[in-house]
Amino acid sequence: MATLDSKIPDGTIAEKWNNFKAHQNLVNPANKRKLEILVVGSGLAGAAAAASLGELGFKVKCFCIQDSPRRAHSIAAQGGINAAKNYPNDGDTIYRLFYDTVKGGDYRAREANVYRLAEVSNNIIDQCVAQGVPFAREYGGLLDNRSFGGALVSRTFYARGQTGQQLLLGAYSALNKEISKGSVKMYTRREMLDLVLVDGRARGIITRNTMTGEIERHAGHAVILATGGYGNVFFLSTNAMNSNGSAAWQCYKKGAYFGNPCFVQIHPTCIPVHGDYQSKLTLMSESLRNDGRIWVPKNKEDAQKIQKGELKPTDIKEEDRDYYLERRYPAFGNLTPRDVASRAAKERCDAGYGVGSTGLAVYLDFADAIKRLGKDVIEARYGNLFQMYEKIVDDNPYETPMMIYPAIHYTMGGIWVDYELQTTIPGLFAGGEANFSDHGANRLGASALMQGLADGYFVLPYTVQHYLADQINVPFFKTDTPEFDKAEKDVREKLEKLLSIKGSKTVDSIHKKLGLIMWDHVGMARNKEGLEKAITEIRELRKEFWKEVKVPGSLKGVNVELEKATRVADFLELGELMAIDALDREESCGGHFREEYQTEEGEAMRNDEKFMYVSAWKFKGEDLDPELLKESLNYENIEVKTRNYKEAKS
Amino acid sequence: MGNKVIQSSLTKKYVMALAGLFLVTFLFVHMSINLLVLLPSTDTFNIAAHFMGTNPLIKIFEVVLFGGFIIHIIYGLVLQIQNWMARPNRYKVEGWSHTSPFSKFMIHTAIIVFVFLVIHLGDFYIKAKFLGQVDDVMIDGHHYHDLGAMVLAKFQMPLYVFGYILAIIILAFHLHHGFQSGFQSLGINHPKYTPFIKTVSTLVSIVLAVGFISIPLTIYFGNY
Amino acid sequence: MNLTLKIWRQAGPNEQGKFVNYPVSDISPDSSFLEMLDILNEQLVEKGEEPVAFDHDCREGICGTCSLYINGRPHGPDTAITTCQLHMRKFKDGDTITIEPWRAKPFPVIRDLIVDRSSFDEIMQAGGFISVDTGGVPDANAIPISKVDADLAMDAAACIGCGACVAACKNASAMLFVSAKVSQFALLPQGKIEAKRRVQKMVAKMDELGFGNCTNTYACEAECPKEIQVTNIARMNREFLVAKLTDRVK
Repeated sequence: MATLDSKIPDGTIAEKWNNFKAHQNLVNPANKRKLEILVVGSGLAGAAAAASLGELGFKVKCFCIQDSPRRAHSIAAQGGINAAKNYPNDGDTIYRLFYDTVKGGDYRAREANVYRLAEVSNNIIDQCVAQGVPFAREYGGLLDNRSFGGALVSRTFYARGQTGQQLLLGAYSALNKEISKGSVKMYTRREMLDLVLVDGRARGIITRNTMTGEIERHAGHAVILATGGYGNVFFLSTNAMNSNGSAAWQCYKKGAYFGNPCFVQIHPTCIPVHGDYQSKLTLMSESLRNDGRIWVPKNKEDAQKIQKGELKPTDIKEEDRDYYLERRYPAFGNLTPRDVASRAAKERCDAGYGVGSTGLAVYLDFADAIKRLGKDVIEARYGNLFQMYEKIVDDNPYETPMMIYPAIHYTMGGIWVDYELQTTIPGLFAGGEANFSDHGANRLGASALMQGLADGYFVLPYTVQHYLADQINVPFFKTDTPEFDKAEKDVREKLEKLLSIKGSKTVDSIHKKLGLIMWDHVGMARNKEGLEKAITEIRELRKEFWKEVKVPGSLKGVNVELEKATRVADFLELGELMAIDALDREESCGGHFREEYQTEEGEAMRNDEKFMYVSAWKFKGEDLDPELLKESLNYENIEVKTRNYKEAKS
Repeated sequence: MGNKVIQSSLTKKYVMALAGLFLVTFLFVHMSINLLVLLPSTDTFNIAAHFMGTNPLIKIFEVVLFGGFIIHIIYGLVLQIQNWMARPNRYKVEGWSHTSPFSKFMIHTAIIVFVFLVIHLGDFYIKAKFLGQVDDVMIDGHHYHDLGAMVLAKFQMPLYVFGYILAIIILAFHLHHGFQSGFQSLGINHPKYTPFIKTVSTLVSIVLAVGFISIPLTIYFGNY
Repeated sequence: MNLTLKIWRQAGPNEQGKFVNYPVSDISPDSSFLEMLDILNEQLVEKGEEPVAFDHDCREGICGTCSLYINGRPHGPDTAITTCQLHMRKFKDGDTITIEPWRAKPFPVIRDLIVDRSSFDEIMQAGGFISVDTGGVPDANAIPISKVDADLAMDAAACIGCGACVAACKNASAMLFVSAKVSQFALLPQGKIEAKRRVQKMVAKMDELGFGNCTNTYACEAECPKEIQVTNIARMNREFLVAKLTDRVK
């Protein structure tokens, strides 16, 4: 049986990363030029890694599906980025950031990785400021911080409501600097369709140029996967339309294990679904919960009248409002972690207290904050978000409360990696949302940006070099080898198969069906029966897809339907693995809530004795059940507790 | 740095702006002298015109002035041709964004003003300077070109008055955008002062238009 | 709502394109413009025709991927938004909507409504960065920066690189885009160090790529989804002038 080696360095938790760096293998500058690295993805992790490796002197090729690396979906992150700078003097330390992240992740993350993340968080802020990222500042000229869900300190740095954009543009500028120097070569509008292994090591990729349709081969000494998450398996999510799990899925099928696929984050503050033509869900930054108060009517009759449009939210008297987060979690109130806030919203709506025409929404009210701080302050803090809301919903949030509902947002699961961010395929690394690593079963707000940049700027440049140190005598690869021939042939056959089906169902119609199955059974609340049903239904849907899908056009030139079809084909397999994983995990933790495992009050019930492990799934072949490997998690520096957001003790 | 033969687009804009703003100063001088023609006697006007035509310093200035015109025209044309080339395929529905309407027709107003300029120079400057087709008049025992009489005669013709007024209005449109635009091109834009510059731009165009137009109107409708 | 769409169809970069009329019916006024196009495409695919190709990604107005020149305006008949945030309630039942690709020499059409905007990346690669490598940088609070400057830099940095400024400009000028980046860095002490080199390189690249010249018409500002201001253009004009006059590097 295969085993997992997470390669955690020796030493106390605070020494591990230093120990690694002190003893790692390095490549001398002259040899770096002889080593080629393929970076797939140009978001925070990908762009930062490509730029940093280029600076070191490696030859780097970077690929992205967008028309420019500046458009990777990291750009959509709004709220901020955490770091343990303790500038506000409110008691933050590296340990506390580490602690909050592990606790927020409901004790399902690897201690050593999270500690390293907290450790390098401060370097990220320094780096970004040096790149010219215009973080918010105080009048004294120093950086401003705000608070975020799941923490008792203010450690979040932000650039208005566009922090992800600014950080990505920072990484993009670093990437541009390297492109202009010639150390990085950029390939835009490329979709990775397969991973090429040579003698068991990752040595290349097959891409399709989505504008010309050309299938291309690229070889390198190492491959870094930074392709983001797979939230679009739900069809409706806050992910960008082109975000997909296919690159990661190809790696899984080539031997990289998939970690914790069922850990999906549902974000509590999204604009509710309003029609079946809807293509995506829009996130309203979690930072809104700093000043907004979440409520539903106390009386079911009021809720029903609101649903029918007979009452307006402003008609509901203060004493008839149920500020349920403040009621249930007095210490954290509206700033409870995302999974807790999302489930609480679902609980109220399922119980019939929801608002909006569908009854699937709750209010996020700024009336108190406007009274307390004035409209100007609220506008300065959230103006762009309010404007966005108004454009979409046609309702003025300064006057009537916003309506929000949870939506799929982030996938904590991903390709399994060891401490060095290397997958189970030698030479294949995964960074950012594409790996499973640092967030456990739930990610805290403002931590995704931190992780993406930590991986890209400060981890991968070290660990990839460590791997490459014994590869200096391996010459540049040619792409006319049998391995590349076979990989390209497989890709072509798959694409031609999709084109040849000529059925009657559009790709989107099948994707929507898959999304509904996932949302109903593998979404915010799961149970054994539902998950088993989901597995059966997904298998049937997969058969239907391969028999009935309709993809017009040809391999040549732009073929958007073909792109979508390859992605949905993979989602139809990935969705099943998510359900299998959720079925295996007979406990409730973080974003994974099994209805069978809850307290009488409806709080999640973890089972640390049986499930304190990372599930790493190994692909065994088409239509064969995957094999589960368990990486057990040992907490030596943190006392494992039931998460409690009712009291201020941590 | 950059291409040494072909100037940067920004450099061309600086030259355009400086030449344009310089030409505005000329317009003020020109208008002031022209207004003298409305005095009861055209003598002052004729003396002033003589001074402008013969003073050595002014003669040097005249070369600079023509240089200003030529540079403004040539650079304007080059920039415009480049602008047309930047969009080889036009839109079916052309854009009508919320912007100053005059700014969209600078090349058109420029061409009309240029045509006017050519006729205008032919009528006065060339006749007086090279062809000698202007009658003489005696003032205080000296010979002067009687340009004043010529102006008065021209502005008795309705078509000439109409054409002149039209050209000046078009010129005002050109200046309304051009004057403040020159400051932007030179990098002068400030939340405190730019509104002032824009007001001045409007005033400049109005004052010059009213000043120039008052001459033919007064002559045509008055007792001259 | 029932609408007639007049859409530019072009099979490839070197093919001849033309407008094709498509009727669409029963569109909800609450759907977004791109969702309306999704519905059209779904119908085209069902009929076995090739869908209309258009660029889009995040659909929340931040990635800058979506474009479209709708009834004579980039990003359509609303202000301060991108096409993906445009909703059908901005149109009337029975309207004919003309949808064109961005038109500019440096933005060649690839297919239908998709254009190649890699020229923007080229301008950025010419100098749109601060030359610091990873690691070895001072503490983030080592250099205090005036809040006013930081806010102005953020205003400029909000640019999403969608190209609406070029599309809106009658001269297809990229000045607003370029000046936004030049301004962001010129306003910050970190960026001042190589400001002279940056502005000259970026402007030279912009000219080389064949963008038009700025005539201060300000259509760019009127149509910018992120409301980037033309004061940035003035700042760039200033920066460039000073750089040309004082740069000690020949």
